[in-house]
Amino acid sequence: MNSDQVEFRNVSFRYNDEQPWVLNNVSFSIKSDEWVAIIGHNGSGKSTIAKLINGLIFPDQGEIFVNGIKVTADTVWDVRKQVGMVFQNPDNQFVGTTVKDDVAFGLENRGVERSEMIKRINASLAAVRMSDYIMHEPHRLSGGQKQRVAIAGVLAVQPHLIILDEATAMLDPKGRTEILTTVYDVKQNHQLNLITITHDLNEIIHADRVIVMNNGEIWTETSPRALFMEEEGLREIGLDIPFIAKLANELNKQSLTLTKQPINQKELLDELWTFHLNK
Amino acid sequence: MDISFKQVSYIYQPNSPFEHQALKEIDFSIKSGTFVAIVGHTGSGKSTLIQHLNGLIRPTKGEINIGDFTLKANEKTANIKDLRRQVGVVFQYPEHQLFEETIEKDIGFGPKNFGVSDEEIKQRIPQVLEAVNLSPELLSRSPFDLSGGQMRRVAIAGVLAMEPRVLVLDEPTAGLDPKGQQEIMDMFKELHTRKQLTTILVTHSMEDALKYADYVIILDHGQKYMEGTPAEVFVQKEALQRVQLDMPEIIQFIQSFEQRFGLTLRYKGQSIEGLAQEINQLLKEEVRADG
Ligand SMILES: Nc1ncnc2c1ncn2[C@@H]1O[C@H](COP(=O)(O)OP(=O)(O)OP(=O)(O)O)[C@@H](O)[C@H]1O
Ligand SMILES: Nc1ncnc2c1ncn2[C@@H]1O[C@H](COP(=O)(O)OP(=O)(O)OP(=O)(O)O)[C@@H](O)[C@H]1O
Ligand SMILES: [Mg+2]
Ligand SMILES: [Mg+2]
Repeated sequence: MNSDQVEFRNVSFRYNDEQPWVLNNVSFSIKSDEWVAIIGHNGSGKSTIAKLINGLIFPDQGEIFVNGIKVTADTVWDVRKQVGMVFQNPDNQFVGTTVKDDVAFGLENRGVERSEMIKRINASLAAVRMSDYIMHEPHRLSGGQKQRVAIAGVLAVQPHLIILDEATAMLDPKGRTEILTTVYDVKQNHQLNLITITHDLNEIIHADRVIVMNNGEIWTETSPRALFMEEEGLREIGLDIPFIAKLANELNKQSLTLTKQPINQKELLDELWTFHLNK
Repeated sequence: MDISFKQVSYIYQPNSPFEHQALKEIDFSIKSGTFVAIVGHTGSGKSTLIQHLNGLIRPTKGEINIGDFTLKANEKTANIKDLRRQVGVVFQYPEHQLFEETIEKDIGFGPKNFGVSDEEIKQRIPQVLEAVNLSPELLSRSPFDLSGGQMRRVAIAGVLAMEPRVLVLDEPTAGLDPKGQQEIMDMFKELHTRKQLTTILVTHSMEDALKYADYVIILDHGQKYMEGTPAEVFVQKEALQRVQLDMPEIIQFIQSFEQRFGLTLRYKGQSIEGLAQEINQLLKEEVRADG
């Protein structure tokens, strides 16, 4: 068996024969326990990767393995048991008429027994701070509240792999940090794999690795810190780097040389402090 | 158009177990030609507020004036269609405003509905496609066979094609890639200035509110919590944190820097390049003074 949780081997895909390839010979693997962020311009193929992992669509060429199982029409139900996915628009994924039913749905599907089910529903709604809305209709929530409920749905199931496809885009700044911390804690405690697809540059800082997509191909695969040194290149493919990294690069350019690439405010201030003492 | 809210309250599903007051006695006025940002925590009432602006919902109590139009409880607004022609709304989730078979029909739907001629629509389409940076090759495709960010661009193009006088934008950059976020915000600002629009932007990006808005209104649990210019509002760390918000990153950094080094830097709209120069100079002077 394979210790990689997700593996893409030379995967190509297009939505129909008249259109160009949406993914072109893409290969990568994600180890158990890893948090990988995927970034890339609009239409670069990120959501397509997520749909392929979950067997919503199948590759035209190449193979995909999830926890050692090759994803095919025959194995798709086994694969989906291992994967919890939150889509870009939560409206497309609500099935229950109340928030409670909606979170329960995934658990019922997996045959979780009733008392355990209730425990998990309550815990996951508390984790995303939506306990007060348990009897509300998911469609009658605010944009950010919908995203919180969708995330509670996958947390309750505790799958081996969680894929968040721009799942925090509508949250307020504090809420975004809180939810990511919650998901991260669950990941650590239950040894999950986490794939986050995002346009929020600050969201990738804590990932173990970043895969950068460009026009259906992998542009690079690296650590966040190393990535932030490629400011020019990222700009050329429609991306950017976070504020702190930009400021650090600008200081370096102006010959205030820092010893390493800072990824948060504290690291940059520490670097400046050292500079100021050593001068 | 001048916009004013007088003691506006809104209640969802009144007289049911789910009755929920989403807006509480909101008062403010916006002068024609202003670029206003509305910020606030998840569920604070932003989308509810902006849905009043084109008469999609009407106040449960209070009164709203938009130019010559009046919105009140239990009172039909005269010429509501006219209001909708002049107030263009980009909704929070683009899927909620896409429904035609092709992207071309979708973008043309608004103007056609308001009686713009087919010829005129044909002229507007390439202009708005360029504004949102979408390839004309996509025109014959279904708007649902697109990536999230591409759908967002189509939804924005459809509103621009109506050439509204008031532009209402509910998280318009969610789903756009970083370059797209900046380009589209710059495009809105340019259009706002060139056509003297009144623009209302709902956003979770304090950075965008700081950069683009003349005025900021902060909501908290359905109430107006604070209002003022970005420079006034966004330096108030504790007040912002109390309602789940924070200062824009550049101001956060400047304040932390000042604390750590005991030096004065102050936010004055400087670019990152300008900020780096100031830091460089300050630290080098410090070194000289110490040495
Ligand atoms: N259902 C579909 N039918 C046809 N083409 C599609 C469909 N969904 C996506 N595409 C096309 O496939 C390409 C990749 O789309 P994908 O959704 O994977 O992009 P993405 O990287 O997730 O972009 P975004 O950041 O905008 O969400 C795009 O060019 C898009 O137009
Ligand atoms: N259709 C509805 N029926 C009942 N309650 C609703 C409905 N839509 C929103 N609400 C409630 O009204 C409150 C305000 O919602 P609104 O959508 O205005 O918030 P928001 O500030 O736009 O939040 P977000 O940043 O999450 O989009 C929330 O508590 C929400 O649950
Ligand atoms: Mg996508
Ligand atoms: Mg909203």
